[in-house]
Amino acid sequence: MKKLLVFLKDYKKETVLAPLFKMLEACFELFVPLVMAAVIDKGIGQSDIGYVLKMGLVLVLLGLIGLTCSITAQYFAAKAAVGFSAKLKHSLFAHLQSLSFTEMDELGTSTMITRMTSDVNQVQNGVNMVLRLFLRSPFIVFGAMVMAFTIDFKAALIFVITIPLLSVVVFGIMMITMPLYKKVQAGLDNVLGITRENLTGVRVIRAFHKEEEERVEFEQSNSQLTHMQLFVGKISALTNPVTYIIVNVSTVILIYTGAVRVDTGYITQGEVVALVNYMSQILIELVKLANLIITITKALACANRIQSMFELSSSMEWKNSDSYLNEAVRNGDSDSKGIEEIKTKFNNDALTSYAVEFNNVSLTYHGAGDESLSDIDFKVKHGETIGIIGGTGSGKTSLVHLIPRFYDATKGSVKIDGQDVKDYSMEELRDKVGMVMQKAVLFQGTIRDNLRWGKADATNEEMNRALEISQAKEFVDSKPKGLDEYIAQGGKNLSGGQRQRLTIARAVVKQPEILILDDSASALDYATDAKLRKSIREMGKDNNKITTVFIVSQRASSIQHADQIVVLDDGKVVGLGKHEELLERCEVYKEIYYSQM
Amino acid sequence: MESKGGKQAQTIRKVLRYIRKYWLYLALSIVAASVTVALTLYLPILTGYAIDLIIEQGLVDFAGIMEILKKMAVVILITALTQWLMNICNNKMTYNIVKDVRNDAFRKIEILPLKYIDSHSYGEIVSRVIADVDQFADGLLMGFTQFFTGVITIIGTLGFMLSVNVGITGVVVLITPLSFLVASFIAKKTFTMFKLQSETRGEQTAFIDEMIGNQKIVQAFSHEDEAMETFDEINGRLESASLKAIFFSSLTNPSTRFVNNLVYAGVAITGAVLAITRGASYISVGQLSCFLSYANQYTKPFNEISGVVTELQNALACAARIFELIEEDAQIDEPENAYVLHDVDGTVTLENVSFSYVPEKKLIQNFNLAVKSGQRIAIVGPTGCGKTTVINLLMRFYDVDAGAICVSGHDIREVTRKSLRGSYGMVLQETWLKTGTIRENIIMGKPDATDEEIVAAAKASHAHSFIKRLPNGYDTVITEEGGNLSQGQKQLLCITRVMLCLPPMLILDEATSSIDTRTEIKIQQAFATMMKGRTSFIVAHRLSTIREADIILVMKDGNIIEQGNHETLLAMNGFYANLYQSQFAK
Repeated sequence: MKKLLVFLKDYKKETVLAPLFKMLEACFELFVPLVMAAVIDKGIGQSDIGYVLKMGLVLVLLGLIGLTCSITAQYFAAKAAVGFSAKLKHSLFAHLQSLSFTEMDELGTSTMITRMTSDVNQVQNGVNMVLRLFLRSPFIVFGAMVMAFTIDFKAALIFVITIPLLSVVVFGIMMITMPLYKKVQAGLDNVLGITRENLTGVRVIRAFHKEEEERVEFEQSNSQLTHMQLFVGKISALTNPVTYIIVNVSTVILIYTGAVRVDTGYITQGEVVALVNYMSQILIELVKLANLIITITKALACANRIQSMFELSSSMEWKNSDSYLNEAVRNGDSDSKGIEEIKTKFNNDALTSYAVEFNNVSLTYHGAGDESLSDIDFKVKHGETIGIIGGTGSGKTSLVHLIPRFYDATKGSVKIDGQDVKDYSMEELRDKVGMVMQKAVLFQGTIRDNLRWGKADATNEEMNRALEISQAKEFVDSKPKGLDEYIAQGGKNLSGGQRQRLTIARAVVKQPEILILDDSASALDYATDAKLRKSIREMGKDNNKITTVFIVSQRASSIQHADQIVVLDDGKVVGLGKHEELLERCEVYKEIYYSQM
Repeated sequence: MESKGGKQAQTIRKVLRYIRKYWLYLALSIVAASVTVALTLYLPILTGYAIDLIIEQGLVDFAGIMEILKKMAVVILITALTQWLMNICNNKMTYNIVKDVRNDAFRKIEILPLKYIDSHSYGEIVSRVIADVDQFADGLLMGFTQFFTGVITIIGTLGFMLSVNVGITGVVVLITPLSFLVASFIAKKTFTMFKLQSETRGEQTAFIDEMIGNQKIVQAFSHEDEAMETFDEINGRLESASLKAIFFSSLTNPSTRFVNNLVYAGVAITGAVLAITRGASYISVGQLSCFLSYANQYTKPFNEISGVVTELQNALACAARIFELIEEDAQIDEPENAYVLHDVDGTVTLENVSFSYVPEKKLIQNFNLAVKSGQRIAIVGPTGCGKTTVINLLMRFYDVDAGAICVSGHDIREVTRKSLRGSYGMVLQETWLKTGTIRENIIMGKPDATDEEIVAAAKASHAHSFIKRLPNGYDTVITEEGGNLSQGQKQLLCITRVMLCLPPMLILDEATSSIDTRTEIKIQQAFATMMKGRTSFIVAHRLSTIREADIILVMKDGNIIEQGNHETLLAMNGFYANLYQSQFAK
């Protein structure tokens, strides 16, 4: 929680003023019993109606000032809480975006989404409540005690004993129940999990007639949850009765002490009434505080969860933009001429070196025991088409994910244009590489919006060209609104094949130097797939851009015309070469190829 | 309006039915609450008496005071006890009802027709079972503790006040409704603000869902800045909408507190003036102090009740949603003397079968098919042509609209679901695994399988080699929806599951779509041994599989348009022939 407080920094004024005004309101509330004491002692005691009326007016006035203060406080509290959560969400969103794939795999998207939505809301609620009430209640409790001291020292000593006792009880119960509420939440998550699982797996569960067992399992978890809830309920049910006893027994003692003090002439009857009033004010505030504590407990738990998100930092470090040049600048070539020279040299380097090199690359995923890729070593020239084929889990996707540096190689190095991918800035690198992933994901918005993901300022012409290459032109044109056709969330209103072609177009419109198609034509029929490959091979020709293409596929026919084919098996390269060569000497390739004929 | 009220009354009746089981707790709770309230109200009167005995120096009746204080101590102890009792009873009642409701809802989910589950989003059903039930429970608990005690407090206070002094009671009764008015006025005004807030929040959640859910693509396209920009725009709108909604709704408390203060001042002035003009016999200082504490207690429940009423209404709405689920029509019951399929010979006949998901869109009509024992039926067609419909009908996930499907000569509507589904081994394209260990997932169809059988099945499906490489082998826990396994590995596990129980008939829905061809061939060999003598239905893409089938069903737009074997279909030169040509064209 502590670290999240920085998001209140811009709302210092509000954060201070809200409780301040709340306290002011409380102050005026604390005057009320004193005014009442005066009414009783002076007004009734001396039968002064004018005084009573005057004091009545004072009471109304106190109420009015209290109202104003309170409204002001509410405003500041709301402003600070809402602003806080907006800032928090902004940072969290930015933070989550900065995480590398390794952390994303570890967290899982559903966790990240819950943190950003319901958890942040709970914290916002908590901040608002704390600003509004958390200071007010203790203030009234202690204020009542202070006021009691102004009336009578001896009687006030009862407050001094009562208040710590109450604090111990209230906080004690809170400390006990807080971890228990966490368990209740875990129990609820469990019940939710089973429900969800039974919906997603309904066909399998019914096919294996497991309904009865699932029901028993659910009822067990549900009973466990109920049991937990009842247990926590029992403990928190103690709060009210115990505080009730403490406060009222104190009142009894207070009355007796008051009687003694009045009898000896230290205080008046009205003052006893005031003391009793202060005691009951404490009780009312405590009830509020107890309710508040539940909200705060929840908010704190959420805040801690959010904070743990922030503590998770990207395991990948990126160079700043233009790192290559920066390096040069640091080396002393700070004059612009030097930079120009280096730029030319760099460009020459890029042209003479390989487009992509894998130098003895191995990859072990975080937390995994075995290597997913071992000792991968091959070089790709500019403009080549590389086919990557291999069995499930053979490491095809892992291999291409190293090129845009989604993951870092654990051993060896991956180079693009002769430079280690680790020496590129994120923008530079991701700009060079166009990636089409296995899962065809589109975003809510028009087709145009989606294509612009690849190139923010793409013209219609460029987009149409990309659609042509990806064999999507025909179906996009057939849509009533063409490029402006709206795509629903997740692209639900398109077929799988259409989605795949659009994701390819999205990468193509970027005109990347390296285009990676990760099994992204699986939903296309063979004929379209063939046309797609042909147009991708030719796409560089009309704008003099050389594109190096990686095609990952399960289908031998998709890659058999590639300049180089990488055959992977269990994370190792077992074949490298052209189709004909591999047919001759690579057993694995042969097997794959003939199985598909 | 009438129907809405009627519906609410119905919902309440249903809630009462759940409560009935716990009537003892309810009765105890009501008694305890009544006692608590009565005693809580009695206490200020005793305090008042005591204060009246403390007049001034020398005029203090200690004996009398001690008497009253003893009484007070007893009252306090009893009140605390009944308060505790009330809380416990309410908890017991509420949480048990929640448990019952959830169990009923889940039980219904297990027997809902697939039609319902397919046509509702999982999130929606889950939120009924979880969030709605929670809301309902909160409302119920609050309703009981606050609404009930609130009403008793108001009535009790009125009674006590009237018994003490009628005139001042009048002042309290006149001013209090004001706070009620203020509260409902604010609630009405803030409704639109809350609506805007929740709409904007929904928009933001959808955006987060999309961006964070597809974070990898966002990063691959360096789209972070644009995403941030859109996010900030929505975030800004949400900020101002929330500020308004929260601020204006938070006015309720101070405003009603202000009204409380007015009541307090009113009581103080009239009380004091009356005490002066009419004398202490009309109203004493002790009585006045008692009134003042009543004035606080009397207005508080009013404020609470206005909150509770919305809460209760909300809870009822939630309850109605849950009951909707619980009362949803279950799948058709099995006939009483349903036949238990055994020694299935593998013949399947479809006679004049018609089926459609919605009446407006006719799909399968008058379809006939006779499958002999051990035949292989391939279902082919473009993506989205409704190949799974056939599976839905065979497994009786859906019932045919007309005609009949018979297995071994028995109409599947006259056999037990258990024995029908148990006769099929099904591997679906969408791999589904249960949270639990690998072993638990494999033995789903045969819970008493020995380790040897499990390993043998896993070897047959070529899953053994990857399973044994997992940290805990067969006892590795699969996380939510198999997150720690690849798609292909998940599919292998699903196949293993079927390999283990070896039912007489098989349904394979693109069972090997995520498995590489090499492994697929090995699995297919395993399947081939498995399929020997077994009737099998295969939704297939690969032509080699299709070519070997005894019967090929060609589907398009949900309907079966061609039927025959490879040669006859090619000779027909229809849709199948076309499909075949296109796939083999280079």
